[in-house]
Amino acid sequence: MSDLLAARCQMAMSLAFHINFAIVGIGMPLLMIIAEWRWLKTRDPVYLELARRWAKGTAIMFAVGAVSGTVLSFELGLLWPRFMAFAGPVIGLPFAMEGFAFFLEAIFLGIYLYGWDRVPEKVHWFAGFMVMICGTLSGVFVVTANAWMNAPTGFDLVDGLPANIQPWTAMWGPAAPTQTAHMTVAAFQALAFAVAAIHAWVLLKRGSNPFHRKALSIALVVACVTGLVQPIVGDLSAKMVAEMQPVKLAAMEGHWHTEKGAALRIGGWPDETAEETRYSLDIPYLLSILAFADPQAEVKGLKDFPVEDRPPVAVTHIAFQVMIGLGTLMALTAVIVLLAWWKKPEYLTHPRMLKLLIINGPAGVLAVQAGWIVTEVGRQPWVVHGYLRTADAVTPMPGVQYSLMLFTALYFLLGWVVVALLKRQVFQTLPAKDTEAS
Amino acid sequence: MTWEVLIGGMLVVFLVVYALTGGADFGAGVWDLFARGPLAEKQRHLISKAMGPIWEANHVWLIAIIVVLFINFPKAFAQLATALHIPLTMMLVGIVMRGSAFVFRDYDQAAARLTWSRFFSVSSIATPVMLGICLAAISSGTLPFDAAGEFSGSYLSDWCSWFTVAFGLLTLAVFAFLAATYLTTRTPDRELQECFRRRALSAALVTAVLAWVAHFAAAAEAPGFIQRFANHRAWLPFQIGMALIGIAAFGLLVTRRYRLAQLAAGAQASWMILGWALAQFPYLIAGQTSVYDAAAPQNVLQTTFWVFVVGSCLLVPSMAYLYRVFAFNQVPDRS
Repeated sequence: MSDLLAARCQMAMSLAFHINFAIVGIGMPLLMIIAEWRWLKTRDPVYLELARRWAKGTAIMFAVGAVSGTVLSFELGLLWPRFMAFAGPVIGLPFAMEGFAFFLEAIFLGIYLYGWDRVPEKVHWFAGFMVMICGTLSGVFVVTANAWMNAPTGFDLVDGLPANIQPWTAMWGPAAPTQTAHMTVAAFQALAFAVAAIHAWVLLKRGSNPFHRKALSIALVVACVTGLVQPIVGDLSAKMVAEMQPVKLAAMEGHWHTEKGAALRIGGWPDETAEETRYSLDIPYLLSILAFADPQAEVKGLKDFPVEDRPPVAVTHIAFQVMIGLGTLMALTAVIVLLAWWKKPEYLTHPRMLKLLIINGPAGVLAVQAGWIVTEVGRQPWVVHGYLRTADAVTPMPGVQYSLMLFTALYFLLGWVVVALLKRQVFQTLPAKDTEAS
Repeated sequence: MTWEVLIGGMLVVFLVVYALTGGADFGAGVWDLFARGPLAEKQRHLISKAMGPIWEANHVWLIAIIVVLFINFPKAFAQLATALHIPLTMMLVGIVMRGSAFVFRDYDQAAARLTWSRFFSVSSIATPVMLGICLAAISSGTLPFDAAGEFSGSYLSDWCSWFTVAFGLLTLAVFAFLAATYLTTRTPDRELQECFRRRALSAALVTAVLAWVAHFAAAAEAPGFIQRFANHRAWLPFQIGMALIGIAAFGLLVTRRYRLAQLAAGAQASWMILGWALAQFPYLIAGQTSVYDAAAPQNVLQTTFWVFVVGSCLLVPSMAYLYRVFAFNQVPDRS
């Protein structure tokens, strides 16, 4: 394995690992403060118990998220020193702000997790609120840095290095608003669908009880809102890709020939040697409509770009199909849930509904993973689109594969322990407690 | 004062705060390993409760250091991340294991707790040693770079020497000293206070010995570091200050004035880091890259500075509240 490939694998694995914990850190505080707000309003002890139980699970996830995030901040330099030497000053601003947001998040999380009996209850609720705000902002800032890598701006290139740097312009580049909105909604959505599935699973296995019913309703409110908003936000994000990174759009679509009135391809397998996409279901004009809001708009094909500037097409296309498929599934589920809720709330705990929600459980998390594969693989061979190639950014140190092995082993161990602990948390501790609560 | 020096000073301040807060959390892990005898469970309980609410916030200072470094001194960051790839990776593994094992220990079933305790304490020991090795390596002047500033070393032998290892152990000893001193103030239990008092005193002695060992190892292996130190005009005041603070900390512990001892211990650790920073100035990587060589354009330094000023207005009160609720209070007894 080449050092470049090993470094890319290690970065991909570290990001794929960390994002799960980041999602929990962003989404869980919202569910916790909704439950705690219900407790403050109604004084129904089930809500208090719910907030406390959720907080306990979050504590584990947050700690692993904090340390795996630290790994990433170092890996930027360990694996991509030339990228950091190039980009550090230009996109440092969002990282500095992310540092503060994360700092505040860690402080308020400490107050929230350990302060149940030590600070006034309104202060406690406010601490939870701040965890949510700071967690969200911290995600937004990191994504703005990534948006800059996709659509770099705010500097001039002089002798191969950035000059005349304008940090604020770089931070709020053209791709930042849509990309941050897309990921923020995705974080709440993925988390809410996963939590809904967990409680649906317990309800299905152990029968109805107020604790899990209330947990399910709170998660479903967030899941339905985000599940329906996401297609709109995602469409805006795709339009930005069409404008800023036409080659990435072409790879996402497996679109080889430049044409007007381009068809949207669903599924299929892009053959990179034959330069065509086979077995796809084509819907005429839809790609032109979706990308440029005009059925006759011209969509550039991959063949218009030199081979050395094209991303891996099959991976990008398939990851994009997976993301869109899962997004559609969640949007439809949201519609079904809302209809059921409106018709008769009892339908929500019907076994069929619970099974549907369980199927949706991993959908959000998988969609986030697939979406990041589209963003990152689709930007290749560039690390900073149009300016710096990934191959030129990698560390000169030989033997990166040993580092990759080390981190693979470490993350497998951590992942395994976290899953085991959470499983026990959900299945062993809760039922004993919720009989008490009901 | 130039912006380069100002931002460089910010890095030193962050390093001091990280040592006093995050460093002490690692030191607590050392005492977790030494928890023996009838008080073992009580000691572990105190360590867990004292660290629980604050360690994640304390840890962020390290991330702040990294972020400030790569925004403002990108060239130095790239050089360091390349030359010290291996010790930094080992430190990272330690950070990951320490944090994870600490929460796993609290949430796993009783049977697994001892295993997680071991992971927690062993990684708490390894991490500061690696941190110290990295700090020593950048001040040793032995990291080789070619004329273009590209690292030309072997990735292993350049940072691994008696000097760096002694400095790593010294870092660990300082952190352990801080932790033991803090812990005396965090419990109303006299027996526990005595126990951590003894530990603080022994850590202080070990620190003094290791400081001399590191000094002699540096004289042999990193003469540049010692020369810059000894020729500095602040050298004599520094040494006198060091001795006075050290004696004060030791005396306050002997006479059981724990609150004051805690301040003196903090002052001593800060003093040591400031001395190291003075000997290092203006270099980020001794003899190779100074704050001026590595600096990003002025407007980037200015923006970072003002972001940190504004951010601190939010951060400082929040941090003060967290510490007021948790860290300046005694941990209630288990019963």
